[in-house]
Amino acid sequence: MSVSLPGSVFKLESALKAVFSRLLEESQNPRARIVVAAQEISFEVPTGELYRVMRQLRDEPIFLFDSLVDITAVDYLDMKKTPRFAVVYHLLSLTCNHRLRVRVFPEDESSLTVPSMVALWPSANWMEREAFDMFGIIFEGHPDLRRLLTDYGFQGHPLRKDFPLSGEKEKRYDEEKRAWVEVPVTVEPRENVRRVFHSPGFADHTPQSPSVLVVK
Amino acid sequence: MSEFHHYELNFGPQHPSTHGVLRLLLELDGEVVVRADPHIGMLHRGTEKLVEHKTYLQGLLYMERLDYMSMMGNQHAFCLAVEKLLNIEVPERAQFIRTLFDELGRITNHLLWVGTCALDLGAMTVFLYCTQERETIFDIFEAASGARMHTGYYRPGGVSRDLPDTMPRYEKTPLRTPDALARMNEHRHGSLLDFIAAFIRQLPARIDEIETLLTDNRIWKQRTVGIGVISPEKVVAMGGSGPMLRASGVAWDLRKKQPYAAYDQTRFDIPVGKEGDCYDRYLVRIEECRQSVRIVTQCVEWLRHHPGSVMSENHKITPPPRAESKTNMEAMIHRFKLYSEGFSVPAGEVYAAVEQAKGEFGVYLVSDGSNKPYRVKLRTPDFVHLSMLAEMAPGHMISDIVALIGTYDVVFGSVDR
Repeated sequence: MSVSLPGSVFKLESALKAVFSRLLEESQNPRARIVVAAQEISFEVPTGELYRVMRQLRDEPIFLFDSLVDITAVDYLDMKKTPRFAVVYHLLSLTCNHRLRVRVFPEDESSLTVPSMVALWPSANWMEREAFDMFGIIFEGHPDLRRLLTDYGFQGHPLRKDFPLSGEKEKRYDEEKRAWVEVPVTVEPRENVRRVFHSPGFADHTPQSPSVLVVK
Repeated sequence: MSEFHHYELNFGPQHPSTHGVLRLLLELDGEVVVRADPHIGMLHRGTEKLVEHKTYLQGLLYMERLDYMSMMGNQHAFCLAVEKLLNIEVPERAQFIRTLFDELGRITNHLLWVGTCALDLGAMTVFLYCTQERETIFDIFEAASGARMHTGYYRPGGVSRDLPDTMPRYEKTPLRTPDALARMNEHRHGSLLDFIAAFIRQLPARIDEIETLLTDNRIWKQRTVGIGVISPEKVVAMGGSGPMLRASGVAWDLRKKQPYAAYDQTRFDIPVGKEGDCYDRYLVRIEECRQSVRIVTQCVEWLRHHPGSVMSENHKITPPPRAESKTNMEAMIHRFKLYSEGFSVPAGEVYAAVEQAKGEFGVYLVSDGSNKPYRVKLRTPDFVHLSMLAEMAPGHMISDIVALIGTYDVVFGSVDR
């Protein structure tokens, strides 16, 4: 049931350490590190180095990540992490049969900018447009960075944690004006099941775990 | 001399051959497409946002509503992601049941694809043949889970219940003659597995029948051979997966390369195309149906001889039997907690992917340790495939665009999410 096979994980991890040893060691790059969890490797890279690292991951014969599976972002606002956003890339090598997750953390919250990957993998085109639409991440060098999924003229970035679930505006047809008008949403927000945090260790599902409730 | 200009055509969103709501802006030079700009998102329901506000079990049900043509495969990916974070084992019988239903889902998906794609290209009869087989598969889903389409059958830790020992039968009505009733109930006297076995035995002949309508059909070949050719290098770089990838000659299938469920215990082959055109994609999908028949046959055989549990015994995650909760206090608490608050998943992030009928369906799950997912990203194959359209359409005639959209096997529930 594992996605990536354990053997290939160790091989890939040591290859990453060997090829990017300079990047990982440099003291001015506290953002560069390798995380192995649940038999998957996450490679965290400083934003400035992303394009170079990705090109190496695609072209080095030891990696050969020929397919970019997915690009997305995560908003860590509710988890109170800084920096707030992470842009996540999932890579897959059909030649070597391994997977890698690359994460970057655009620092400047006023302009969330990361380099575009369209020149390396054409599949990045729509994925970056979606991440821009949903999170407002700007992909520098993208040939056509438009909104993709939301309505024409939509404002805001719906998957950000400070965007309400029921949205901000709703559209209806105004009989008097004989046109579509935008009004604030009339939906009452409701939450049937609260988000519940138990004490650490509860989610490990061991029989002895204490069950102290911490409700947010 | 008059001056000729390119003109723009608005194709869709309400057009039967866009398979839902795709708006396509085509720039045309006569009848040849110069530029295509697909506008999607008309069916965007914000599934990813909704799931963030639901417990894991509630969120699971949204997965089927994405790609409503192969429902079970989507749930499978979500379950795999949750199970990976929880680090729990799924009983072997459940693994085989999942494999069985994934493959039945693949057959329904491909049959409906053949039917609708042929309908787009002018062949009416195929669709009727295909839906007939599809109905029987829905009967199987219904017998196992209680619902025909949105089954909610897979659960983190296994499947919701074991396969039933009896198959529901048609009842007598004033309109049904005794002969017709006997014919309809012919294979329904045994267990569900018997019914599946009988269905799967006659399926290859039905696929042959569908093939006689299309494979050597002159019109079908004229509409698909040499249309939408994509080279193996290109399709890999553009993120292709599933039949799109294999039709271009790339032998890649997650069921073989990164096996999950019981695929490493079943024998089947991966069909691969040569030219990478629409016709090859059709042939690959038809052959995949035949391979699915092989897998289903093996699963049925295995399931007949290996009774056992179909749910993990860890009752912090899976509910204890209903009857037990009447007499056992702890079982009652478990049921109550599971269906009100839900189970909590350790903090972390995972990506789990399955080879769904259309390609790689992946779930990227970020958990903050609570009872609801913190972030779910759904990587749907048809979203990626549809993004190839802008690249592949130029140079084709406008009528070939219909064949192209058909060949991606798009379902807008999963493109727009």
